[in-house]
Amino acid sequence: MSAAAHSAEEIARRRYLEDTSARRFRRAVRDFIKRRPLGTIGAVIIIVMILAAAFADVVAPYRPDEGVFTGLPLAPSLEHLIGTDSYGFDVFSRLLYGARTALLVGFTSSLVGSTIGLVLGVVGAYFGGKTDETIQRVMDVLISFPLIVIAIAVIAALGPGTTNVIVAITVPFIPRVSRVVRASGLAVVRMPYIEAARSVGVRAPRIMFRHMVPNVFAPYLIMLTAFLGQAILLEASLSFLGLGVVEPEPAWGLMLRGQGMTFLDQAPWLAIAPGVAISLAVFGFNLFGDSLRDALDPKLRTA
Amino acid sequence: MTTYVIGRLLLMIPTLLGVAILTFVIMRVVPGDVVALRYAQGAVPQEVIDKERAQLGLDRPMYVQFTDFMTGIVRLDFGQSLWTDRPVMDEIGGRFGISLELAILATLIATSLAVPLGVLAAVKQDTWVDYVIRVVSIGGLALPSFWLGIMTILLLVVIFQWAPPLIFKPFWEDPKENLAQLIWPALAVGYRYSAVATRMTRSSVLEVLREDYVRTARAKGLREVLVIVRHALRNSLLPVVTVISLEFAFLFGGLVVTEQVFNVNGLGKLIVDAVAHRDYPLVQALVLIFSFVFVFVNFIVDLLYGVLDPRIRYA
Repeated sequence: MSAAAHSAEEIARRRYLEDTSARRFRRAVRDFIKRRPLGTIGAVIIIVMILAAAFADVVAPYRPDEGVFTGLPLAPSLEHLIGTDSYGFDVFSRLLYGARTALLVGFTSSLVGSTIGLVLGVVGAYFGGKTDETIQRVMDVLISFPLIVIAIAVIAALGPGTTNVIVAITVPFIPRVSRVVRASGLAVVRMPYIEAARSVGVRAPRIMFRHMVPNVFAPYLIMLTAFLGQAILLEASLSFLGLGVVEPEPAWGLMLRGQGMTFLDQAPWLAIAPGVAISLAVFGFNLFGDSLRDALDPKLRTA
Repeated sequence: MTTYVIGRLLLMIPTLLGVAILTFVIMRVVPGDVVALRYAQGAVPQEVIDKERAQLGLDRPMYVQFTDFMTGIVRLDFGQSLWTDRPVMDEIGGRFGISLELAILATLIATSLAVPLGVLAAVKQDTWVDYVIRVVSIGGLALPSFWLGIMTILLLVVIFQWAPPLIFKPFWEDPKENLAQLIWPALAVGYRYSAVATRMTRSSVLEVLREDYVRTARAKGLREVLVIVRHALRNSLLPVVTVISLEFAFLFGGLVVTEQVFNVNGLGKLIVDAVAHRDYPLVQALVLIFSFVFVFVNFIVDLLYGVLDPRIRYA
């Protein structure tokens, strides 16, 4: 009994001494896989999607703009796994290249939007008073603007195209993140360590960056992962409406809009395939984000 | 309480004013105007264009146009559509009802799915029931509602030879026909929005189930159904009501794509056309209506808090 306790203690001590951040990360990953099966499935979907996008040149059997014009879509066959569209483009290859667009828009817009929101939320919580009030009012206006209207306005002003779609999707994310971060930040700002830092003369930017940001990082990360799926969905919706990515760029929403709708009853695979791709991608990000939230938010942690 | 209500109502004014100003500015910054768009094809002499601009009042200085817009709001007069020349209120009128009906139907569907499923998932936490419900609801969030719509249409066309309606029947003229037209888009959207509410119900009930009074209720031998319905569900309603109400507000203005797919002539379709035509008065009025619904629903939710949770008091 005592020997067992001794050895357990010994193991813990040795583990502590030998702990490196790489090891801690690996252990966290193992823990996540073991305790959150759904999240792991999500992570696998995301990784497969990233690989597909990164190696589209190698994996895809055809170039996205390579094909023999047929005028009519070809049904799925061994040569074309999900058939072709009416231009003779291979649907499977276009799906792979479309993953690039989706990931690019998803990651950029949610990262930029959430980070701007983080900065505004922390600044508002730290300074309070007039600064906070002003930021809050502007955020109120932005948040009560219907999301699709902001997107339409940005596209109308800047014109369609991948970069502008990213801007259009980024803007509505900002107020949502800033609200959540500010709420957490208000609790943090009252902590004794903030007062301590201030009283020894640490400057405001440093306090915000070194002491506040790490403490509001969990909600930030949760919102960020939640928005990843949302951004992919929004991009698809905007492209579907003709307000997003423009041809000949391969994008899932665009495939649905043009070919998918035109040949709905003759070649349903043209409408089914991109929709499945969108859903699967968003599903993966949501599953992962959900489990990450459970793992990061102690309030919701299940024993 | 009265002071609180009046205060909250007054606080809406700066927000809505901000929205109005922002819309005004954005629309003027966006290149092109209605006249330029109307004569985009074909060479039209500059005098004709200038004359038409003057007729529509687009040549007046910005501040005059702005004060015109602002005084219009106070009188609830949004002017005339630049594209169709009809009063903005008439343009919005009929479609308002369609959007409202669709939003209500979708919210009803979402709620009646979400609350039972969410409670069930929470009660059966970490069993296969929970996993299935969670996967179905996360899946609902992942399916683009417009794609779900397209698939629904595909199935309906193949199985029932159904086609999207060409003419809309108002509810009071032909309730059966009207519901037959709106039920499919409402289902497609409602399923998606039930996902958010299901998840909220689940996590909210989970939290409450760990409270002491739930243990007490069980300890005194209360039937489990009563523990869940009277003790757990009632006390976890707050966030659920919030999410559902905000979704309703969002549905009201956010159905742009679904309306397109199902050929429903609602406000979402209207605003896309209005922006495309640079129909300033129409866009301004629509954005203001959407924002008003959003702010107002928020306000109602805050009031509901007090009803649902007597601990919340408004000074």
